[in-house]
Amino acid sequence: MLGFLQHPVVVTAEVNLNMVALTAVGLLSRLWQLAYPRAVVFDEVYYGQYISFYMKRIFFLDGSGPPFGHMLLALGGYLGGFDGNFLWNRIGAEYSSNVPVWSLRLLPALSGALSVPMAYEIVWELGFSHCAATGAALLMLIENALITQSRLMLLESVLIFFNLLAVLSYLKFSNSQKHGPFSPRWWFWLVLTGVACSCAVGIKYVGVFTYLLVLGVAAVHAWHLIGDQTLSNVRVLCHLLARAVALVVLPALVYLLFFYIHLLLLYRSGPHDQIMSSAFQASLEGGLARVTQGQPLEVAFGSQITLKNIFGQPVPCWLHSHQSTYPMIYENGRGSSHQQQVTCYPFKDVNNWWIVKDPGRHQLVVNNPPRPVRHGDVVQLVHGMTTRLLNTHDVAAPLSPHAQEVSCYVDYNISMPPQSLWRLEIVNRESDTDVWKTILSEVRFVHVNTSAILKLSGVPLPDWGFRQLEVVGEKLFWGHHESTVWNVEEHRYGRSQEQKERELELHSPTQMDISRNLTFMARFSELQWRMLTVRSDDSEHKYSSTPLDWVMLDTNIAYWLHPRTSAQIHLLGNIVIWASASLATLVYALLFVWYLLRRRRRVCDLPEDRWLRWVLAGAVCAGGWAVNYLPFFLMEKTLFLYHYLPALTFQILLLPVVLEHVSDHLCRSQLQRSLFTALVMAWFTSACHVSNMLRPLTYGDRSLSPSELKALRWKDSWDILIRKY
Amino acid sequence: MLCATSRLLAARAASALPAHPRGRGPAPRSRRRELHFPGHPELPPGDFLAGRFARPSVLAGRRAILRRGRMPPAAGGGLAGSELRPRRSRCGSRAARAAGRDGATEAATARSPKRPAPPSSRRFEAAGRWALLALVTLTSFATRFHRLDQPPHICWDETHFGKMGSYYINRTFFFDVHPPLGKMLIGLAGYLSGYDGSFLFQKPGDNYEHHSYMGMRGFCAFLGSMLIPLAYLTVLELSRSLPAALLTAALLTFDTGCLTLSQYILLDPILMFFIMAAMLSMVKYNACASRPFSAPWWFWLSLTGINLAGALGVKFVGLFIILQVGWNTLSDLWHLFGDLSLSMVTLGKHLTARILCLIVLPLALYIATYAVHFMVLNKSGPGDGFFSSAFQARLSGNNLHNASIPEHLAYGSVITVKNLRMAIGYLHSHRHFYPEGIGARQQQVTTYLHKDYNNLWIIKKHNSNSDPLDPSLPVEFVRHGDIIRLEHKETSRNLHSHYHEAPLTRKHYQVTGYGINGSGDSNDFWRIEVINRKFGNRIKVLRSRIRLIHLVTGCVLGSSGKVLPKWGWEQLEVTCTPYLKETLSSIWNVEDHINPKLPNISLEVLQPSFPEIMLESHMVMIRGNNGLKPKDNEFTSKPWHWPINFQGLRFSGVNDTDFRVYLLGNPVVWWLNLLSIALYVLSASVFAVAVQRGACLPAEVEGLSQVLLRGGGQLLFGWMMHYFPFFLMGRVLYFHHYFPAMLFSSMLTGLLWDTLLQLCAWSLASYPLARCVHALGILSLLLGTAYSFYLFHPLAYGMVGPLAQDPRSPMAGLRWLESWDF
Repeated sequence: MLGFLQHPVVVTAEVNLNMVALTAVGLLSRLWQLAYPRAVVFDEVYYGQYISFYMKRIFFLDGSGPPFGHMLLALGGYLGGFDGNFLWNRIGAEYSSNVPVWSLRLLPALSGALSVPMAYEIVWELGFSHCAATGAALLMLIENALITQSRLMLLESVLIFFNLLAVLSYLKFSNSQKHGPFSPRWWFWLVLTGVACSCAVGIKYVGVFTYLLVLGVAAVHAWHLIGDQTLSNVRVLCHLLARAVALVVLPALVYLLFFYIHLLLLYRSGPHDQIMSSAFQASLEGGLARVTQGQPLEVAFGSQITLKNIFGQPVPCWLHSHQSTYPMIYENGRGSSHQQQVTCYPFKDVNNWWIVKDPGRHQLVVNNPPRPVRHGDVVQLVHGMTTRLLNTHDVAAPLSPHAQEVSCYVDYNISMPPQSLWRLEIVNRESDTDVWKTILSEVRFVHVNTSAILKLSGVPLPDWGFRQLEVVGEKLFWGHHESTVWNVEEHRYGRSQEQKERELELHSPTQMDISRNLTFMARFSELQWRMLTVRSDDSEHKYSSTPLDWVMLDTNIAYWLHPRTSAQIHLLGNIVIWASASLATLVYALLFVWYLLRRRRRVCDLPEDRWLRWVLAGAVCAGGWAVNYLPFFLMEKTLFLYHYLPALTFQILLLPVVLEHVSDHLCRSQLQRSLFTALVMAWFTSACHVSNMLRPLTYGDRSLSPSELKALRWKDSWDILIRKY
Repeated sequence: MLCATSRLLAARAASALPAHPRGRGPAPRSRRRELHFPGHPELPPGDFLAGRFARPSVLAGRRAILRRGRMPPAAGGGLAGSELRPRRSRCGSRAARAAGRDGATEAATARSPKRPAPPSSRRFEAAGRWALLALVTLTSFATRFHRLDQPPHICWDETHFGKMGSYYINRTFFFDVHPPLGKMLIGLAGYLSGYDGSFLFQKPGDNYEHHSYMGMRGFCAFLGSMLIPLAYLTVLELSRSLPAALLTAALLTFDTGCLTLSQYILLDPILMFFIMAAMLSMVKYNACASRPFSAPWWFWLSLTGINLAGALGVKFVGLFIILQVGWNTLSDLWHLFGDLSLSMVTLGKHLTARILCLIVLPLALYIATYAVHFMVLNKSGPGDGFFSSAFQARLSGNNLHNASIPEHLAYGSVITVKNLRMAIGYLHSHRHFYPEGIGARQQQVTTYLHKDYNNLWIIKKHNSNSDPLDPSLPVEFVRHGDIIRLEHKETSRNLHSHYHEAPLTRKHYQVTGYGINGSGDSNDFWRIEVINRKFGNRIKVLRSRIRLIHLVTGCVLGSSGKVLPKWGWEQLEVTCTPYLKETLSSIWNVEDHINPKLPNISLEVLQPSFPEIMLESHMVMIRGNNGLKPKDNEFTSKPWHWPINFQGLRFSGVNDTDFRVYLLGNPVVWWLNLLSIALYVLSASVFAVAVQRGACLPAEVEGLSQVLLRGGGQLLFGWMMHYFPFFLMGRVLYFHHYFPAMLFSSMLTGLLWDTLLQLCAWSLASYPLARCVHALGILSLLLGTAYSFYLFHPLAYGMVGPLAQDPRSPMAGLRWLESWDF
């Protein structure tokens, strides 16, 4: 019974001093003078405003990446007691005393520092020597671009940290596969792989490339597992299931969790509300909720409503009409119906109000009990302020001549009868008898006479239309497009029979009860969709670059310049490391193809286990570089040098691997080997020297004289700032 | 084809030999693994086809025959033997064929191994195969040529491609985003059928009247009809099963979409013909792999190359089939490379043959089409402005043709300035101001693609307004680094820039026309610089690449390539960019040059060489393609719409009184295709996992699984290659872009259902009805597609009358998706 006492409790500790030393130096290099400069450096201006939003719990929308990265930065602010009160408006602005610069920059710096020992571990787990592993860690340590990027309030170093963590834990997992499948250690590393992958994706979408790489390697390993006939079918199935859960299901859940926390934290309405749907806005405190509080849910005949277009492109807007009419003759000579204009207007206005009318009756008030409007009902829409009917007819629209003009009908007593009947279609209905609901229902208006659909064409009208957006009746199209879909945003039951009273009623604010029943999944999918589709203007930037500039470090970014002296921070890599890492990738590729071809001809230069190790190292390091680099050629957004850093870290890991391979397998005599070692030492010394020379630009702690700065400009394409006195 | 068909007979016949599959050599498992490598040593050379595609029973029997009929046994696998053997004997097809026939005479037919058949029935069956092919071809031609002349007006893109055909007949130069071969063929067909190129092809709906258009439509319909026999033969080669091929042919014949697309003057039938022909010849050449360097091998290999050139020559999406063939060739070479019985010299020969036939030959043909294109189109036409000045000098009728102009720029010269980036145009200004609120309210400066008096500028010295053309003054040349003023000739305003943001590109500065009669301010001064020249050099017309740098702000004159709104007449924006990066959009050259004081030189010396023209026309095409961006709020077709047949394309007619043709796939065929892809992925992965787990499959099933994995794999790959790249494309996409992929998907469907039904029949083998299952299944699929075609044929052949949403319409019940619009 007390069997567990038969063995003494033993604690065996093994401390790898290499690792400890590397971690310590890593921390030192990243944390030293972390709060300097006490000013906004480059993209801090961008991330900083999101931190402020988190601190103030205000909802925002950022299309550049999922929220986990921003949340991590905000966590630093939370720990430092930041209240969010700082105006992030320009690079170089001094931080006020309430901004805890040190703790805001702490998390990126820590991740940057921990990447150093992780590089060591990865190379070791790949099956290479401690010497190679130390080399990889040292290169990570002295790489200037990585130091710069991790010492600031930026996300790349955190992304790199999770990329490396994902790879490392997968390697640990697959190494423990041999001796202890389904052991706690095995499970730990497997689960950590999944979590690290989703963290990487949660910081920036580009993290998905590393995730795909890990999945790919895992799939190949799983395929071998299937072929392993020493395992029973059930056991193979268990293995596959465990992998599927940990590497696919778990990351998806963790990713959802980020959004859950994000939406939990940000519950106040803010500047980006307008982009979201009315239902989403209604779920935020103080947003649309304030306006729509207490609105009746079901739209009835006699309801007064505002109609918002779902598409929201180019700007969110409401169906609108006003006293002015379409000009008799347009500039290009075409004629119009000269009836009252109907437009889409991006501001709240009393002219956005419409009344739902039953075509069969004359009254414009809601009966008691209210008679709800259902899917398929035919309605008329009466413009509240002018009491004219929404109408469309076979007249070409002003700017989209293939579509019909939409107007508010003015009877000129000519041969143009009113065609103001619209059939209501609820797009997101569950059954064909659904009731039209405020905010929740997405509806289309199909014109009864011509089958045209009420649509926002999005083209701004000329001066006669006050630059409001054109609304047309689209008759050619029957597919689904968001610009034909509208929803009711503000809604109240009409009470007044008289036009004068009604105008007063329309001017008065709405107030009624709130519907906050959007589920998390609905909010998540809407937010995610908007984040992916929100368009940032394709701005040219002084320091933007193309992927081709990155491989040999043909570009740099000036991050910060001291307001008085010429101390400055640049994102500028150690050119020796960049060049030799690119060279190592090339050497690896050539050697790999050479070995592969020779193996195909049954000439085995490497023993089988060495070959497998060589292939795995290539898949992880060269593959990691390729998946993190090549997709940028297809991207159309503005690119910067820092986008290359994740790829660079993988390339740096490859460098010692290739060096060790050359020394072990290509140097045939002892003499060659010694010579090669000496060469490597010389090369490493030069890398250290370069790193030291560039140190003032990395830390920005020392003001250099113009001649010193000129001397550092090794490439003409580098942009180093020299003050003219 | 002759070779292949008779070899097929041999295989069929041989399958009847009562050889047991297990008796064929190595242990079953290792054999199965090695099947992945067609050229593997364990497969005796000469039996590649059988090892790859035939069912095991076929394999064993055929191998025995081949061995017997062909080579001396000593030469079987040895290195030296395969080396020294003369080519003729290496390709033992004839012997094999003869042997096949001999063997077959005493054997039974393939379908019924238990019943011996007399020799006459075998011959009968061969005739039957030919008859079946003929039947398939005939049906396809009949459906495609039926009512080809209807409607007698321009449908959809006929307005473009018909017009371009006319351009070839009239020999006027034009510009299009697609390579020239397809339009050249259309033009040729029109020319041969007596069309004189005089029809204007103005807009869809215009009546052809007396103009002969049937030649061009007939040519497209002919190529469109050929798709079906090509698909039939491809599937037959891949699956070795007639029902599969027949099913494929039926799916494609009865697809309303393929039918519609084949009946009009469009590039698509031509493109799809070349794609399918390339696929067929690739498959045939794979089948010949056992007899490398034989005549049929060379024939199919070079035919593949020719068809690749054709596909790429019609549209750039032909690149996808090139990638597929490329991938196939790489894996082929990889297997050959792993075959230790082949020496490096033989491998070198293999490699060279492929380079010759699949790279050199297509490239030569492709370039040849361009040579013909440029030779035929030698008159000035609507495409001139898209091309550089030097290119235009080739075109007769262009003002640069045979022109002679002064060589060096001097003060007082009247010039036009053209942007070096393709399809940007000339620096232009006109008597219109920038509207209120957009920078300073000064005269607009734009770029404009067409030639116009408003493109003329006068070079003047920055500090004097004296007329440099005064004959008493000496000629003074403009030199690199000079500070100049550019005066717009028509309005006498100076090219001007200042610290106001440009109308569209907010980070650049606005460029305007400023001043009255040439007197402005210091913001009118520009430094003229020649790229890569020394200071003080003169500036040459056409040759020199110049930059104009604004003296006050230091920015560079350039064009952003963005289209201005209505107020700017939809010309392109001109800005002054503060980023000094050297891009083509900020480099200009001088094109026209008028200066009476200078001697003229002939432009002949400037004519570009053919490679330069090729490069330039490709750059223009690529830019044109990228320029086809969808606008906001425009309903564009998305790639995910296509396979589900979400929405069609109107070819003709809108209202209920019009003759309406609607491009829409036959939904039965398309949804079956969609289902089949899912089913294929499922069944193929089941088989792949079973093989990887080392499961022992029965011989019959293993044969089927090979067909599924190999043949089906190639087709699935083809589908993916012709479909997925569209997700990455930024340009405007249309429904008809899916049709090449749809061909592959239909072939996959045919192959999959035949295989699955055979599997089904096999698993029910103990029941009496087992043998009918396969036949019944295929038959019901055939009849089902035929019936659905009967239902939907008005879409393709045209319909008049009420729209489908009207209950009186005959199509009323057929609007299965709300997005269909007929």
